[in-house]
Amino acid sequence: MYYFCAMKIAWQLFITFFKIGAFTLGGGYAMLSMVEKAVVDQKKWIASDEFWDLIAIVQSLPGVFAVNTALYVGHRIAGKRGALAAMLGAIIPSIVIILLLATIFREYRDLPVVERIFKGIRPCVVALILAPSLRMIKSAKLNWKTVIIPIVTVALIWWLKVSPALVILAAITGSLIYALIINRKAKKKEVEP
Amino acid sequence: MIYLQLLWAFVKIGVLGFGGGYAMLSLIQHEVVDHYAWMTTTEFADMVAISQMTPGPISINMATYVGYTTGGFAGSLLASFALCLPSLIMVYFIMKLISSKKSGALMSNLLKGLKPAIAGLIFAAGLTMMNTQNFVQIGKGENNISIVICVLAFVASYFFKANPILLILLSGAVGFFVY
Repeated sequence: MYYFCAMKIAWQLFITFFKIGAFTLGGGYAMLSMVEKAVVDQKKWIASDEFWDLIAIVQSLPGVFAVNTALYVGHRIAGKRGALAAMLGAIIPSIVIILLLATIFREYRDLPVVERIFKGIRPCVVALILAPSLRMIKSAKLNWKTVIIPIVTVALIWWLKVSPALVILAAITGSLIYALIINRKAKKKEVEP
Repeated sequence: MIYLQLLWAFVKIGVLGFGGGYAMLSLIQHEVVDHYAWMTTTEFADMVAISQMTPGPISINMATYVGYTTGGFAGSLLASFALCLPSLIMVYFIMKLISSKKSGALMSNLLKGLKPAIAGLIFAAGLTMMNTQNFVQIGKGENNISIVICVLAFVASYFFKANPILLILLSGAVGFFVY
């Protein structure tokens, strides 16, 4: 009986995340409200505050945000089986749709009409990558010292062709030291007053 | 061999992909365009547009696309799965740690420190794509349309938070009528 219930919840998790994966345009944050609606409001699998605590942690993890959300929510609700079911639900629609589109696109890419359309699209894609990065820099509230970080990063990758993976590893090391110092300061403050 | 390369490339991206889909875009670009030369920058730009316009997470869309063009159906499954694999392994360890609030605070401070570097990473990816393949015939009089599209799309996106899908469709229409 228990086994049957667990399987049923895993299946429902799969279906829930499948729907979200198939219909959410616009990436991670658009998806969150749909997940909340399904998991917190409709199915009542998890309380609202617990859900947002979980999301706060998920946001700081590496990897695909939607996949991580599916994994952690799925794991919280139905253990390992739930995590796997939710993850598969989140990615299968993407895989199917892209396989279809890639097949079609590779077939018709060389048609003059398609080439004309994509000639217009490519500079737009560049703008769509530059805009969020600048918005991110703005929201990071840099001062005259930390503003050097994005500048150095750009120079390393764009100009010197350093691998972004290496840059991230270096940044993690730096941030970890920074985070440890902040933590220690916070602890001292707790003790002092 | 191609399968091993796909697996290694996307596991690496899954481990180091902090800060969302666009941060991963720069990692994918490095592996796919610079390192393995599986795609040209033009193909990469087209792939980003297609991944952006379709539902689902953009990085899964890109992994599937890259896997399919390099290793067929099996390649597409492998690349998408490889991208999720580090997360899948991590979930079991993190769920045990989650009860302690301290580790959560440490992680969010870590991400705060990473943010400016990730922003630079994404910006560099955009700059790398700004080349003569993606910007047609720059400087040749009437052919500065590429720059006009880019600037207008940037303004619409940065200042007015315009819907990216709408912007892609509009610039596609411009391309159709102009070229």
